[in-house]
Amino acid sequence: MSIYNFKLSLLCLFLCCYQYSLAADDVFVDKAPMLGRSMSIIAVQEVDFVVLPNGDGLPEGSGGVDAGKRLFNIHCLACHGEKAQGGINGDLVGGHGTINGLSPKKTVGSYWPYATILFDYIRRAMPYQTPGSLKNNEVYALSAYILFLNNIIEEQDIMNAKTLVKVKMPNRDNFVWAYK
Amino acid sequence: MNKRMKKKTSDLVFAARNGLLDRRYFLKSGLGAGLIATSTNASEGKHRFPWMRVPGEGMGESGPSKYENHLKRNNVASQPGTTGSGASRTPIEYLDGIITPSRLHFERHHSGIPDINPEEHRLIIHGLVNRPLSFSMESLVRYEHVSKIQFLECSGNSGAMISPQPLQRTASQLHGLISCSEWGGVPLKILLDEAGVKPEGKWIVASGSDAAIMSRSVPVKKIMDDAIIATHQNGEPLRPSNGYPMRLFLPGWEGNACVKWLRTIKVTSTPSMTKDETSKYSDLRDDGVAELFTFPMAVKSIITSPSPGLDLNEAGIYQINGIAWSGMGKIKKVELSADGGKTWAEANLDDHVLSKALTRFRSAWKWNGGPATLMSRAVDEKGNVQPTRENWLKGRASNTFYHFNATQTWRIDQKGQASNVYL
Repeated sequence: MSIYNFKLSLLCLFLCCYQYSLAADDVFVDKAPMLGRSMSIIAVQEVDFVVLPNGDGLPEGSGGVDAGKRLFNIHCLACHGEKAQGGINGDLVGGHGTINGLSPKKTVGSYWPYATILFDYIRRAMPYQTPGSLKNNEVYALSAYILFLNNIIEEQDIMNAKTLVKVKMPNRDNFVWAYK
Repeated sequence: MNKRMKKKTSDLVFAARNGLLDRRYFLKSGLGAGLIATSTNASEGKHRFPWMRVPGEGMGESGPSKYENHLKRNNVASQPGTTGSGASRTPIEYLDGIITPSRLHFERHHSGIPDINPEEHRLIIHGLVNRPLSFSMESLVRYEHVSKIQFLECSGNSGAMISPQPLQRTASQLHGLISCSEWGGVPLKILLDEAGVKPEGKWIVASGSDAAIMSRSVPVKKIMDDAIIATHQNGEPLRPSNGYPMRLFLPGWEGNACVKWLRTIKVTSTPSMTKDETSKYSDLRDDGVAELFTFPMAVKSIITSPSPGLDLNEAGIYQINGIAWSGMGKIKKVELSADGGKTWAEANLDDHVLSKALTRFRSAWKWNGGPATLMSRAVDEKGNVQPTRENWLKGRASNTFYHFNATQTWRIDQKGQASNVYL
C-alpha cells in the first residue's frame, strides 16, 4: 500500500466514524433539544456534596476528638446536649445493644451503618442555623468526637478520608435491602 | 368474610350487616332533591337571600369562601428549636374527589422552605455520565413534558397508629401525610440520556437546594421507568412548599425520595446511604435487622367520612366515603364493613381510577342509631390486599413506624361520634 493509499484509507475511516457519530447525534437531536450546558470539572466539584460509603467524595483534611469536643460545645450542644446525650433534639450516642430488643434506641452509634454518613450529613446540614459554616477539618473533627463518644474510635484517633472509611460501625451488618 | 348478604328490607338492598347498602343504591336513587325555598319575604312572592339582592364582588384573585376557614393544613409541628423542620397535614376529612388543592398539600421539610430565584437555579447532572450538564429553567421549557395525576405520601404517614393505645385524633391528624396532584414536568430519562449514563451508573443521588441539601439515593432503573423533574402541580408552577422551582417526582414511591428544590443529580455505582435513607426511613424488624429502600408505598385506604370530628346527628342514610391508593398501580376494589370486619360489601369507585393516584370510594349506609364499627380494605390490581393492623405489626420492631398501611377502624357510638379503635 502506498503512502497515498494509506492516507486515503485513514481519511475514509475518519469520515466513516465522523458520519457515524453525526448520524447517532442526529437521531438524538430529533428527540430532544439538547440544551444542557457542559460543565467544567471545577464547576461540578463546587456543587457535589455526595459522599459514598467507599469514601468517594470525602475531601482532604482531618480532625481529632479534642478539636471535635471544642467545636461540639460551641455549635451543637444547645440542641444535642452535653456529650451528645440529647437535648431539645436528637441524641447521638448510646443505645448500643438495644436494636434487637423491645425498645430499640437508634443513635449514630447503635444504628447508623456507615461512619461516612456523619461527614456527609454534617457538611450538608449542620449546624442547623448556619449550615455551610464549618471547614472540612472541623467536620472531620466533629465526626471523630461523636464516634469517640460512642466508643467506636479511640481518643487519639484522627479522622480523614482514609480513616473514616475504615471505621466499622457496630450495626453495619444488620441491614438488608427491601429493593431488589 | 366477603359474604354478600342481599336481603331486601322494604326498598333497601343490603350488601353487608349493620346497614351497608348495595353499591348501586346511590345510582338507583338519583342525585339529591333541590333546595326548596320556603321564605317568601320579597316582592312578587319570591324569595331572595341577602346576597341575591346586590351585585356580588368583582373578579380577580380569590381564595376559598370565608365559611371554609377550617380548610387548612393541620397539625403543623417542627423539631424543637426550629421552624421549618417538620410537617403539616392535608385535611383529608374535609376534601372530596381525588385532587388535593396545592395549598393543602401536606408538607415535610428538613430545614425550611428556601426562597429560590428560578433565574439563578440550575439542575445539574454529573457523576458517572459522559457529559456533566447544567440545565436552566428556561431551557427545560423546550423539552417534552408529561403530566399525570398521582399521589405523594410521606412514608411516616399514619405512624401514630403504632401507639399501643389508639390515639384519639382526627383522620388527618392520623393519616394526613397523603395528597394527590396533577404533576407535570420533564421525564428525567431524557436529560440523563443527554448526559449519557455510563454502564456502571446504577444509582443517582438527588440533592436539594434547601439549607439541609436534603439527599436521597434512587435506582437508575426507576428514573428511566417514570421519574420526572416536576415543575408544575395542578396546572401552576410548584408552590415553594412543594419544591419550587423543581422537584424529583417518583410515581408511587415514598415522598422523602422525591427530593424538593432539586439541584443536583449525581449518577453513582452505589447508593450514598444518606442519613435519611439509613437512620430514618428504614424499617427495623424485631430480629434487629433493618430493611433499607422500601420504596413503593403499599396499598392503603382510609374512610374520611364519617371520621372523628364529623359526627352523625340522627339515624338514617349516610354516604361513607374515603380514599384508597397503591404505589404498585391501580386500585382494583375497596370493601367496607360496618360490623368490625365480620361482613364486607364492595364500595363504588369514582370514575377516575388511575395508577398510583388517589381513588375515591363511596357507599350508602343506613345507620340505625346504634354502635357500628366501620372499616375499609383496599385491593390493588397486582392483588395486594391492605393488611390488618395486627398483621402489619408482626415481625416489626416495637417503635418502627414507617410505611404503615394497615386498615383503619372507626367506631361510631350511639351519639354518632366516631373514634379510633383497634380490633
